[in-house]
Amino acid sequence: MKHQRNRGWAAILATLVLVGLGSLTISHKASAAAEGKITGTVKLDGTAPHMKGIEMSKDPVCDKAHANNPAHSENVVVGKGGGLENVVLYISEGLSASELNAKPTQVPIFDQKGCMYTPHVLAMDVGQEFKVETSDPTAHNIHPEPNPLTGNIPWNQSQPPGAAPVVKSWKTPEMIHVKCNIHPWMSGWFAVVKGPYATTDENGSYTIQNVPPGNYTVTAWQETYGTQTQKVTVAAGAAATANFAFKAK
Amino acid sequence: MHRNLLKWLLLSAVVALCLSAASYAQLTTYQQQEWLHSPATSSHVGNITGNAHAAAMPYRRYCVGCHGTLGDGNGENAQWISPKPRDFQLAIFKCRSTPTGTLPTDEDLFNSIGRGLDRSNMPSWDALTKQERADLVAWIKHFSPRWQNEKAGTPIQIPAEPEITPDRVKTGQEVFRKMECWKCHGVQGMANGPSSSTLTDDLGRPISPFNFTDGSRPLCGSTDQDIYKIFMTGLDGTPMPSFADNIKPEEAWDLVFYLRSLQPHNAYNAKEREIAKQLGLKPVNPNAPAQ
Repeated sequence: MKHQRNRGWAAILATLVLVGLGSLTISHKASAAAEGKITGTVKLDGTAPHMKGIEMSKDPVCDKAHANNPAHSENVVVGKGGGLENVVLYISEGLSASELNAKPTQVPIFDQKGCMYTPHVLAMDVGQEFKVETSDPTAHNIHPEPNPLTGNIPWNQSQPPGAAPVVKSWKTPEMIHVKCNIHPWMSGWFAVVKGPYATTDENGSYTIQNVPPGNYTVTAWQETYGTQTQKVTVAAGAAATANFAFKAK
Repeated sequence: MHRNLLKWLLLSAVVALCLSAASYAQLTTYQQQEWLHSPATSSHVGNITGNAHAAAMPYRRYCVGCHGTLGDGNGENAQWISPKPRDFQLAIFKCRSTPTGTLPTDEDLFNSIGRGLDRSNMPSWDALTKQERADLVAWIKHFSPRWQNEKAGTPIQIPAEPEITPDRVKTGQEVFRKMECWKCHGVQGMANGPSSSTLTDDLGRPISPFNFTDGSRPLCGSTDQDIYKIFMTGLDGTPMPSFADNIKPEEAWDLVFYLRSLQPHNAYNAKEREIAKQLGLKPVNPNAPAQ
């Protein structure tokens, strides 16, 4: 009697699991065909802080590169209409395991140009390869500073003029500061996230592409102001909007 | 009244007992199970196997004052010391035979303990037996979870040292110029390059480049191989990067010869100095156009 009852339960459980798994794969297939996106702008509320000019006379090569356009620190870059540049947007909640583990094949480039980093913030997925290049006729060293206890291990490589690109990737999500010891003003970021991401342009606009329908939390990260989050619902084939505003400090 | 008091007493006794039992349990499992007997906390140096549990007392006796009970480099003497004691939890080490961004080999750590680090408060511990030093290596490794999650890097290949020639010393100087070593180390190796005054280590503390001319011993050993390793692996945690991608192995030897010629007379560089003198080598010209 007991045996039979147990078997009955096992059968019901097995069916439930199967149906559940089946519906999961079906719903996933349906969503892949009609992916939406998340779009919006990030603004700075208040007066943009003064960005200090950078004095590069220690390296004449760098100095010459900025003879006609003086360089400024890039901790907060505000465009026309208060748009905040270099903000990284990513989905911090709501992605399925397969979406989290999907890796983009494109290889983003972090260039050293005029003794500055271009882009100032390079967003990338965990495990995604990226390239560090140099356009400068002066030597740099690329020295990212992750916390080694997170699984991302710091390294430090030289890149003299004309050197081949350095190709690397990171193991876990982390906002990693990058510096050059030779040129102490050089400061940039590797923003390592899991899943689809976007970085704001000079108007503060962004679009995260290829987001399957669903409910998500979007996080905006800015190096000086930290993070903000917002909940959004993406419908099949449609664009959801999430606008952010950071208060000027 | 009495009963209430008794109740409270009993209750607090029980709580105290539970707490101490719990902390005791934690301590024992933590130390004995997790760390001390795991394979990651042994070390292998030649045919010696070091055991972490054998080093607990020697560490407390010789190392704890600077490196601290937790191995985080915050021992009670640390505040008086510069450069600061190594943080074994982060496990970022300067002297390695392995590429930048990788853990050193057991032998690298063993050598650093025996040699000490010149121009720092880390003395040579070659008075300890090899077994004791190997045990300490195992103990050092138990402080960081990195040794459980990562393998030590593969040591870089060092080709046999070629015969020194005037051409090699000249090529070495050209490498010194092209790699822009002079930006920190200065055109004469006097640690006075344009970037030398603003250098900081990974924790933001001021640090100076190596001065080749004042008789300092190189940080990670004085042999030609030791100098080769420094610029081909980098000194992790400091501004000194790895040049492994940019200097070819044969040119790396040329650079070693040139660097030797900058040093004042020592046990290793008679030939190098003689050749540089005969060649009449002038300091590199930083304003020469990059090629």
